[in-house]
Amino acid sequence: MVAASGLHDRAMRGVVGTDRMGRGGAMTHGTIRLENAAATMGGQPVWQHVSGSFSPGSMTAIAGANGTGKSTLLRVIMGELPLALGTITRGGLGPRDFGYLPQARIIDRNFPISVTDMVLGGAWRQTGAFGGADRTVRLRAATALRRVNLEGQAERMISALSAGQFQRLLFARLLMTDAQVIVLDEPFTALDAPTTQDLLALVCEWHAQGRTIIAVLHDIHQIRTCFPDIVLLHAGQATWGRTPDILTPVTLQRAYGGARDPWPETGMQA
Amino acid sequence: MSILSTLWDPFASFGFMRRALVASVTLGMGAGPVGVMLQLRRMSLIGDAMSHAILPGAAIGFLLAGGLSLTAMGLGGIVAGLGVALLAGLVSRRTQLAEDASFASFYLTSLALGVLIVSARGSNIDLLHVLFGTILGIDAPALYLMGGITTLTIALLSIIWRPLVMECVDPGFMRMTGGQGGLYHMAFLFLVVINLVAGFEALGTLMSVGMMMVPAATARLWTRRLLPMMALSALTGMVAGLIGLLVSYHFRLAAGPSIILTCSVLYVLSLVTSPTGLRAARS
Repeated sequence: MVAASGLHDRAMRGVVGTDRMGRGGAMTHGTIRLENAAATMGGQPVWQHVSGSFSPGSMTAIAGANGTGKSTLLRVIMGELPLALGTITRGGLGPRDFGYLPQARIIDRNFPISVTDMVLGGAWRQTGAFGGADRTVRLRAATALRRVNLEGQAERMISALSAGQFQRLLFARLLMTDAQVIVLDEPFTALDAPTTQDLLALVCEWHAQGRTIIAVLHDIHQIRTCFPDIVLLHAGQATWGRTPDILTPVTLQRAYGGARDPWPETGMQA
Repeated sequence: MSILSTLWDPFASFGFMRRALVASVTLGMGAGPVGVMLQLRRMSLIGDAMSHAILPGAAIGFLLAGGLSLTAMGLGGIVAGLGVALLAGLVSRRTQLAEDASFASFYLTSLALGVLIVSARGSNIDLLHVLFGTILGIDAPALYLMGGITTLTIALLSIIWRPLVMECVDPGFMRMTGGQGGLYHMAFLFLVVINLVAGFEALGTLMSVGMMMVPAATARLWTRRLLPMMALSALTGMVAGLIGLLVSYHFRLAAGPSIILTCSVLYVLSLVTSPTGLRAARS
């Protein structure tokens, strides 16, 4: 794990860099900036005229109804999907600086690998032939499993884990990547309250270490209490800013529909 | 006749039986692990499609060499197989068609083209050789090619092991973290193609995939761990090669089909007796 102070130092240093798409220019190291961006899927526009930035060490939720392009925005941020229009700069961040937690439902949980092997997958760049991991990497894997309360499960097959345990495992794999920017796609969906609390505490810990957190979330109450910044997607547009300013009854009604604020300050999950 | 002589004599007496044994053991060793990954990636039918796809390349090699030349046909097969894999991948990315649908279209075209080329210039016997192989006619250069391909397969699998496994379990994670999952996918398809080409001379385009898929299905019934599964798949293919050749020798049956049918018998036995087979389904 990179020390928080080191990350802050790196984050605060302004550098001249070239982003992953090869564009150069002066930029703040670690700032991901979209300018007048538009994305398409299968030739159809998903969102457009999107401008905003994720500063180093920020903690931003991406919210919006189903089909508004939240996962598309994650793909654009990580450089997996090129923009149809506009520009994105990543402040010198490369693929190794990003850690990603996919939606659990798109993972093949019947694949015959153990919990340890799945966690070591997060360090695939450091492992050798036949996935051999040295003592340091194995120690890191054991620490990661302990951190998410999966000690004692290391030799179980991933198919034998419950939904909550599996999500903890994905967080352990994310710990192995030791990334500067943590991108989470629906990290708490279908989890019970204790698991959600544990994993949310881990996310807050990463934030406290100075890492940038970007998460697609559906729980408006969770966003209000834990995520200072938000990108709210609706009708092909993005409203980007401080959470208390953006999440008003009016914007929520517009984004999710309904006759009144469906998520009052003490509200429930979307 | 003692049991020992039943097992020993065919190989002690005939060089072609020894070469066939080395060929089937070598093929089993390389194709077994590849078959396991192919099944776990839910690409069993794509393996079948690829085995047909190499036919026109082999046929063009056959034409250019003026006969059954393993080098020319093998190289042609590799080019055709990889060509179909690339085209199918490209079409599935650029259109609404899923990869298996693209494969089905290309391999059927490829198969028809291959049969057309061989039948236009060769005899029916040549066509039979291409489709069903001649494991008892394996020569030293063919054995070198098989040995080389099996060595390359195990070496490449060991190098790309972790990212390849991650790409199977969670392709989104690899793609998003700059893992270039497509590269590992293509490297894996390359292994599929070269193993099918290795099996081509011995078992023909139609049956070489059998040495890949049936032992893999057998191994999956006995273990849930990946490395033992691959080792067991390889062992099953090698043992089936030995038993198949002995059955073929003593009962005067065609060698290639005897080997594949032995694989099938081992599969059915496993289905009945293994803890995760039919017994588990009943309980």
